[in-house]
Amino acid sequence: MTDHSYVRTEMLPEKAPPASEVGVIGWIRENLFSGWFNSILTILSLAFIYYILSALIPWTFQSVWNAGSLDECREIMRETWGETHGHACWAVINDRWLQLLYGFYPPYPAYPDATVADAPAEAWLPAYFRPNLTLILLFVALAPVLFGHLPRHLLIVSAIYPFLMPWLLWGGSVWVPVTIAFGFVILFGVIKYGQAVMGTLAAIIAAVGAALVWWLVLSGPVADGLYAVMPVGLPTVESREFGGFMLAVLLGVVAIGLSLPIGIVLALGRQSDLFIIKSLCVGFIETIRGVPLITLLFVASVLLNYFLPPGTDFDIIVRVMIMVTIFASAYNAEVIRGGLAALPKGQYEGADSLGLNYWQAQRLIIMPQALKISIPGIVSTFIGVFKDTTLVSIIGLLDPIGLSQGIRANQEWNGIYWELFAFIALLFFIFCFGMSRYSMWLERKLQTGHR
Amino acid sequence: MTTYTDPPKESFRLSMLLYDTRYRSLTIQVVALMGFMLLAAWLINNTIQNLAALGKPIEFGFFTEPASYDINQHLLEYDSRDTHLRASLIGLINTLIIAVMGCATATIVGVLVGILRLSKNWLVAKIMAVYVEMFRNVPVLLWIVLAMAILIESLPRPAAFRGDTPDATMKVFDSVAFTNRGFYIPEPLFSRSLGDIHLFGQSSLRMDVSLDFVAFLVVLIGSIYAARRVTARADKIQNATGLRPTTWHINTAIIILPTLALLVGLGFHLGYPELRGFNFQGGIHMRNSLIALWLSLSLYTAAFVAEIVRAGILAISHGQTEAAAALGLRPGRIMRLVVLPQALRVIVPPLISQYLNLTKNSSLAIAVGYMDITGTLGGITMNQTGRELECVLLLMLVYLSISLIISAIMNWYNNRVKLVER
Repeated sequence: MTDHSYVRTEMLPEKAPPASEVGVIGWIRENLFSGWFNSILTILSLAFIYYILSALIPWTFQSVWNAGSLDECREIMRETWGETHGHACWAVINDRWLQLLYGFYPPYPAYPDATVADAPAEAWLPAYFRPNLTLILLFVALAPVLFGHLPRHLLIVSAIYPFLMPWLLWGGSVWVPVTIAFGFVILFGVIKYGQAVMGTLAAIIAAVGAALVWWLVLSGPVADGLYAVMPVGLPTVESREFGGFMLAVLLGVVAIGLSLPIGIVLALGRQSDLFIIKSLCVGFIETIRGVPLITLLFVASVLLNYFLPPGTDFDIIVRVMIMVTIFASAYNAEVIRGGLAALPKGQYEGADSLGLNYWQAQRLIIMPQALKISIPGIVSTFIGVFKDTTLVSIIGLLDPIGLSQGIRANQEWNGIYWELFAFIALLFFIFCFGMSRYSMWLERKLQTGHR
Repeated sequence: MTTYTDPPKESFRLSMLLYDTRYRSLTIQVVALMGFMLLAAWLINNTIQNLAALGKPIEFGFFTEPASYDINQHLLEYDSRDTHLRASLIGLINTLIIAVMGCATATIVGVLVGILRLSKNWLVAKIMAVYVEMFRNVPVLLWIVLAMAILIESLPRPAAFRGDTPDATMKVFDSVAFTNRGFYIPEPLFSRSLGDIHLFGQSSLRMDVSLDFVAFLVVLIGSIYAARRVTARADKIQNATGLRPTTWHINTAIIILPTLALLVGLGFHLGYPELRGFNFQGGIHMRNSLIALWLSLSLYTAAFVAEIVRAGILAISHGQTEAAAALGLRPGRIMRLVVLPQALRVIVPPLISQYLNLTKNSSLAIAVGYMDITGTLGGITMNQTGRELECVLLLMLVYLSISLIISAIMNWYNNRVKLVER
């Protein structure tokens, strides 16, 4: 061994990086002023932000909250700040926020003429109790579906909710939703106990038959009879009184809830080997995706009456729900088909080699993976559908935008627009942004890849 | 001694239709087809009965009747004595105008925002993120209605431009007037015009085609073709000798000079809008409804385009850039020759589906009174004639055809740029 004593044997201690490379200053140097071009961009951006905020902050906060009309608002502004420009008149929201949220839904359905301002003394429930309870229960029902770590028996609420929601909103006899729900009990009961006796396929056919007979023939008279014996119910609210953000959420939730299963079925149909099934699904999906939603809403409002037996006339909100659901289903089907196509072929072959049949393979192997891949697409479809519920204002339903036209045409608030639309936009933004953040969280949680 | 016999011949049993997978698929398909045909028959039967009860059989004769309503924004000549067919045609052209204008603007804004969102400058990236989230999470109808309200309420009336000390003035060297009745912009005029040719006589499809415009287009396309030939020749020389002749000045000259010569020859000048009486005369009048729809649709779609562009650029692995740099390419060329061609393959299909969405969303024109196909055929024509079935079905057919044509173009492009795999 030669002696390399001129080589150091111990390392020098690390020195702290220069102050300009770490901490706040380092971050600013790296992200905002890394070159002359970047510096110009930063200065321009700062000027832009200052320009926006210097107008927006006084407008938002130096504002009038209590006034009966826009003229009154301007009067107050002139007295307080000497000018009407650059100050918001939130009084319009203060005046109409209940209408924007609930439309013309009666605050106390038992007393149709009562308003929030003069509540009847006998009314013991708070105003708008029913829609509020429906919304709260919606979150309770959604929670176990959205967050896997919550207790599983909360799912009972989720199962009951589809029957509870229409009853709470529209009112009427409690026996109608109960008998309809009983139809599902019959459906699953016959499948479960009939399987052993007559085999799966026959059991399913028998169950569907029995349930259809129950729904179409028996449930109506049974509900009436039960109501005659035990008259439990809520005061009825007409569909034309529905409106505001409540209507948007209602349409959105129904379309979102129903379109996912229908979309899955359509996607499977489109990927199927059966030629006729495949062509039917392709034709349906492409037709619906090829036309704008507004034409489908025209179909709901003027054409559906032609297509149904003479004399049939059902609720415009239900008609719109059907069309929006069909629309959302077609879009979901395409997104899920993308997920199915993205799965490696080995997954299908692996399922086959395990001896699973078609439905077992779909349920246990294919769908969990395909749906996971398609989460971003599905959620953006959902967001799109929720936003598109505003289109119902064009066929005359009073969603927030429909109401805003009425408010702006009103003599008191004629000429107002920023405040009104900012409020509506904020409501939609909260819901849509929430959904997109949830999908990102879910994607991260389900991430099992190796990257 | 044992004898081998053939296994017993399976005779066909009825239950095999259900339990034998060879036949079951057939059963399912037949049942589905029958179900579908029953449903269709039921719907058609109902429709026939309902129409008979109302006493209005399906017919399209109303298309030849005079429309007797006005369309305030029309590219082809139109007045209220024209037929419903003509009105629908004007509506269709209006739909296509807004779709083309919207797609072009959405692409430009979207690409810019998408690239800026990837900027290393934290502030710029955040501002662009705020823009994207703001537009993506609020309904487009709200943007349209809001834009319309802003235009009507906040811009000056044409009368405000009058007098010696007017409250409002025209912008951009006195050539453009922003009023609450719409924008007035200069129009191209030709003092030595070649005139128009009239096509289709007096029918509903009649149109005047400006020969000046045709000549301009022909010259432009011709010079672009010539410029491409020059580039192709430069490529050939480069492949043969390794040296590329400079072509940009030749190309610029080839494209600009003939067009310029044509414009001078035709006596091109701009006709400015002028205030006469209570309103502006001359120039092109773009109605508020058109502007509101155009701005809101393109800004809304641009937010989606920005996300697509961002995802497309992020999808190109860093190794590609590094490999290109290792070959000695400069950053600009890396972008143009390596990153963009690959990113475009990811970007274009969703981009075209955004174009499709924009075209379909343009039907919201009806909310601000822009007379597109939904406003004419699905709006006033339907209400006036009471022919809901014919009008709505035709309307859906028109949109479906537009969608299918765009999809066909997309498929053609996809096939063209598809990676050739083993």
